Amino acid sequence: MIKAKVYVTPRKGVLDPQGKAVAQSLRSLGYEEVRDVRLGKFIELSLVAVDGKEAFSRVTEMCQKLLANQLIEDFRVEIDTEELE
Amino acid sequence: MKWGIVTFPGSNDDRATARVLSRVLGQETCMLWHKDYRLPELDCIILPGGFSYGDYLRCGSMARFSPIMGPVREFCEAGGLVLGICNGFQILCEAGILPGALIRNRSLLFVCQRVHLKVENTDTPFTHRYRAGEVIRLPIKHGEGAYVASEEVLEALEREGRILLRYADADGQVGPHSNPNGSMRSIAAVLNERGNVLGLMPHPEYAVETLTGSEDGRRLFLSIIEAHASGAWRRAGRGSQNGVQAPPEAGNR
Repeated sequence: MIKAKVYVTPRKGVLDPQGKAVAQSLRSLGYEEVRDVRLGKFIELSLVAVDGKEAFSRVTEMCQKLLANQLIEDFRVEIDTEELE
Repeated sequence: MKWGIVTFPGSNDDRATARVLSRVLGQETCMLWHKDYRLPELDCIILPGGFSYGDYLRCGSMARFSPIMGPVREFCEAGGLVLGICNGFQILCEAGILPGALIRNRSLLFVCQRVHLKVENTDTPFTHRYRAGEVIRLPIKHGEGAYVASEEVLEALEREGRILLRYADADGQVGPHSNPNGSMRSIAAVLNERGNVLGLMPHPEYAVETLTGSEDGRRLFLSIIEAHASGAWRRAGRGSQNGVQAPPEAGNR
C-alpha cells in the first residue's frame, strides 16, 4: 500500500476569505508576524500501486479530474514511500 | 414544450421547480434521475438548486460525474436549452460547460435574502421578456456564490454580452455595496458562448407568485417558453446577426 498526500490550496489571486479571517484572528491573538494565511484542504489516499512513480502520476490525474479545480486551486502531490510494504 | 428537471442526491429545489412549471405555468414536466443514462425527448433541461452530494469537496464537483451528465452535455452541445439554478450553476461550471467557478461567499456567511438584479442583456432566449437595464428582485440562498473567472474570461463575457444579470441596488447601481457574495464584477448569471445554456445563482423559481413576494422570476420561464415556440433562441447565438439562424457550432469550452 502506498500513501499519497494531496495539498489543495486556493490559487494566487483567488480570494480566500477563510484564510483572511484566520490571519486576522492570529494577529488579534498577538501573532503580529502573520502576513498571509491560505486555507486549503489536505487529502490522504491509500492506494495499491506498482511503485511511487505510478502512484504519483495516477494521483496527479485524480487531482486534475476531481480533487482540485485548477481554475481556482493549486495542488501538490506527495508520495509517502516509507509506507511501502 | 417539454421540460426535464434533474434530481441529484441532495437536490432540494427540484420539486419546487417542477411545481412552478407544471402547476403555475402549465408546462409538460418530467423528473429525471441522476443515474439515468438516457434522456427522453426534451426541449429544456433544468439543473436545480440544492446540495448535490452534500456539497462535499466542492459544490457540484461530484454531481458533474453523475451518469446523466453525459447526455446533458450532449444536449448542451446539440443546442438544447439548459438552465442551471444555484447548485445547477455550480455543476455547469464544474463540468466546464460554463466558464469560471463559484467559491465561498466573501462574507463566509450563507446568504438568504431577496436581492436586486440588473438585467444586462435581453437578447437571449432566457431574458427577452425583460427590459434592458431593468431592475428585478429575486431571492438568493447560498454559501458558495462568489463568481470567479480569469480576467480573459471576464473580458470575453463582457464583450459577448454573456453576463445576463448583475447584483445591484434598487436603483440599478452596481458596486461593492450591492454585491451580496463577492462575485467578480457583480456577476449573477452567465450564458455560454453559443447562447443556449444559462447558469444563475438567484432563484427565479421562488419568484413566480406575488404570494411569495415577487413575480420577477416568472418572465425568465416565459422567455424560454416563447423563445422555444418561435425558434427565436437560435438567433441568440454568437455570430448570428440580423435574425439569420446560426449554423450549429461544435460544442462549448
